Amino acid sequence: MPPPSPHSCRGRIVSANFLDRLRAVLLAILLTAAFAVPALAGPFEDAIAKFANDDFSDTDEAIGAVAVSGNPLAFPIISALQEGRLSADPDTRKVFVTGSDGKIIDAATGAAVDKLPDNAAAVRLNNRLRRAVEAALGGLTLLSPDPAKRIAAAQSVFKSHEESALATIDSALAKETNKTAKAAFAEARAAILLYKSDATEIEKLEAIAVVKARGDQEAMALLTGLGSDVPPNVARAAASAIASIQSNLAMWSMVQNAWYGLSLGSVLLLAAIGLAITFGVMGVINMAHGEMVMLGAYTTFVVQEVIRTRYPGLFDYSLLIAVPLAFLVAGAIGVLIERGIIRFLYGRPLETLLATWGLSLVLQQAVRTMFGPTNREVGNPSWMSGAFELGQITITYNRLWILCFTLAVFVILLAMLRYTALGLEMRAVTQNRRMAASMGIATSRVDALTFGLGSGIAGIAGVALSQIDNVSPNLGQSYIIDSFMVVVFGGVGNLWGTLVGAFTLGIANKFLEPVAGAVLGKIAILVLIILFIQKRPRGLFALKGRAVEA
Amino acid sequence: MTPHVLTRSLDRSASIFILVVAGLGLLIPLSNLLLPAGSMLQVPTYLVALFGKYACYAILALSIDLIWGYCGILSLGHGAFFALGGYAMGMYLMRQIGSRGVYGNPILPDFMVFLNYPELPWYWHGFDMFWFAALMVILVPGLLAFCFGWLAFRSRVTGVYLSIITQAMTYALLLAFFRNDFGFGGNNGLTDFKDILGFNVQADGTRAALFALSCLALILAFLICRAVVTSKLGKVLIAIRDAESRTRFLGYRVESYKLFVFTLSACMAGVAGALYVPQVGIINPSEFAPGNSIEAVIWVAVGGRGTLVGAALGAVVVNYAKTYFTSGPLAPYWLFMLGALFILVTLLLPKGIVGTFSAWRESRKATEKANAESAAREDGVGEPNPAE
Repeated sequence: MPPPSPHSCRGRIVSANFLDRLRAVLLAILLTAAFAVPALAGPFEDAIAKFANDDFSDTDEAIGAVAVSGNPLAFPIISALQEGRLSADPDTRKVFVTGSDGKIIDAATGAAVDKLPDNAAAVRLNNRLRRAVEAALGGLTLLSPDPAKRIAAAQSVFKSHEESALATIDSALAKETNKTAKAAFAEARAAILLYKSDATEIEKLEAIAVVKARGDQEAMALLTGLGSDVPPNVARAAASAIASIQSNLAMWSMVQNAWYGLSLGSVLLLAAIGLAITFGVMGVINMAHGEMVMLGAYTTFVVQEVIRTRYPGLFDYSLLIAVPLAFLVAGAIGVLIERGIIRFLYGRPLETLLATWGLSLVLQQAVRTMFGPTNREVGNPSWMSGAFELGQITITYNRLWILCFTLAVFVILLAMLRYTALGLEMRAVTQNRRMAASMGIATSRVDALTFGLGSGIAGIAGVALSQIDNVSPNLGQSYIIDSFMVVVFGGVGNLWGTLVGAFTLGIANKFLEPVAGAVLGKIAILVLIILFIQKRPRGLFALKGRAVEA
Repeated sequence: MTPHVLTRSLDRSASIFILVVAGLGLLIPLSNLLLPAGSMLQVPTYLVALFGKYACYAILALSIDLIWGYCGILSLGHGAFFALGGYAMGMYLMRQIGSRGVYGNPILPDFMVFLNYPELPWYWHGFDMFWFAALMVILVPGLLAFCFGWLAFRSRVTGVYLSIITQAMTYALLLAFFRNDFGFGGNNGLTDFKDILGFNVQADGTRAALFALSCLALILAFLICRAVVTSKLGKVLIAIRDAESRTRFLGYRVESYKLFVFTLSACMAGVAGALYVPQVGIINPSEFAPGNSIEAVIWVAVGGRGTLVGAALGAVVVNYAKTYFTSGPLAPYWLFMLGALFILVTLLLPKGIVGTFSAWRESRKATEKANAESAAREDGVGEPNPAE
């Protein structure tokens, strides 16, 4: 037990130490009573018989006695009681445990019994007893050799704050070596002391400090449940602890929203970045962009199918194989589209929009015909499944990987635009197509490659999205409007605009969701973008100069 | 007597169009009602309803052609105005059900009883009166279009940006109308209608009358569009379509022209939706789906952008093809065909059916005239006839 603030009051420390010592002595006696005396006859059997009385207060006593008996049957008996599998015969006063596997034993002796007597009835519980049962079970597992079980038991005591568990907690705390378990025990002990009517004020204040340090929803529930019949000092401390926990929780929920927002933003960025490139360079909106994403996802599916049937050992590498393949598949189709359709429609952006929409219908229907209209299963490789805890939020690995992957794609693309010849040409065409053509840049080649690049990135996006979304022919449709919004919001001709646009929209969406609900939040975002467009018709990062005046 | 402004300069194709629509609007209902069922010439009721649907689509196509074909505004969200008009009519029809609903509540429509609405939401008041609903059919889409257009055109949102935000608008409405607590029946929309103005919506006579009304509305919409595009205002609209900045530099307030025509077009789309709902018997949020609006644009493209007759014709042709193909064994291929239609029309037939046809006829006329001129010169007979 941590000492109270060292400079506050000497007397208090002395009294606390004294109490500690006293408690240790009492504990020693109690433990001797509980564990040193094995259940040979007497108390355990007497306690068991009390279950047959069908009287709540007798059952309560019986639970307490069985819990401290140390008998190996104590755990099965109490858990059977909890699950309604403990039955008693009022005539013979025998009590039976029906195991979860259907085997019946005599609770007092552990001897196997063939069948229950006809008049045996399940031992009844009420709410108060249920709490007692939980606490008793908690106490029984508090001393388990498995630290995970000990921690779980301590947690359940923390919630129930059953006074009867205090002795066991103290003894467990004394010999505990595992750090996490120790903290859990300390918290459980604090919870008990907080509700113990004869605990001193100073004990309660310390307990509040411990509970406050825990700082989660349950700690808050514990403190709010304290009621008003406590000393004013304690009530004040509890109130301030509640306030601090509340602000702590609010902070974590902000962090959580921010994380969700980043995650959504990364998905949006991945889906929109290819669109932004083609729109920036060529001034055409590719309505079939979502279908490129879908093709990428189906490429992943095919790769995984082949791996599953031929080389099951390679499953963990399936995504690494799928990424270049998806890029090639979607990119090649993109180049075909550009050469086959879009180049005939230059200078007519609205017609391009219609033609690519038609193309998206064809591609969707083609995939539907080939792979069926239902969702196809794409698995997570082992390194992408699971989650870890960070503070009070849970972060899943697949979302984290997608965020990293998106940023990697972004950086590579940025470097490509900055340092390669194609990037230079693309930027030139974006800024002023005719001037670039006059300088000897083969604009139609740049267009085809740009379209291929944009589509290829959409394909890569499909690989990532296959990990978090259903792979169906409609996959692309669900992202296309959001991608448009990102491009419109971020502005074209500058990848940073897309980055800022995607993350802004993602985070704004996730922060609006808890306030307004998922659908209303989305509607609000759409309306805000429509209003935003009024202020900046060319997006956040618009290209300046005469070149963009179409 | 039609006002002069509506009939002014009716050329031949326009006259033919009006005559054909008026003829169909008269003959089909008459044949449906007067001829005995099973007779060769009798039009079955389901076909009357189907043709009525096409007429509504033709009005929608006209409204899109007015802004896209003549002013260069490509709205990918016109289905939203259509659906809003439809919802206004649907609300009237819902209120007409009265206590004949499944739950028998005299005031609340069934879905509200089901969703535990304590009372009618404020925006449902007044829809028990037809005149109010009819007003709302025009006012609600018009108001939305006015606000939207005022914001968009004033800040010079043009081209694909405008297309995308109109799509976002209809998408937002789609999401909103899907919500149960929005008060419009959520996912299921409004349906199970009984009466319109006291007549049973299922009855043959009502259906025939609705069809005739749709044809009348189509003719009126056509005349209104025609009046707009042949007026001086229409010339400015075409100027905006072809060179927006230049028109602005000439001193025209481009945004006012656009706003006017956009709002007018939205009102027309609303009327089309209102006529559509009693004929199909349901209105649900899927009408707001962005795909529907884009499909409506392709009707116009197929028929001929910038030709009013073409827009109406395109709507009927494409929808007839859709009905034909989606009900037969070719159903799985319909989306291929629709997609191919989008691609091929934009690539090969940018003027649409009517535009291509009239261009071909004009070029033939020109050659004929040139031939006649050269023949005349060879004959040594004076100048060409000035009356030609």
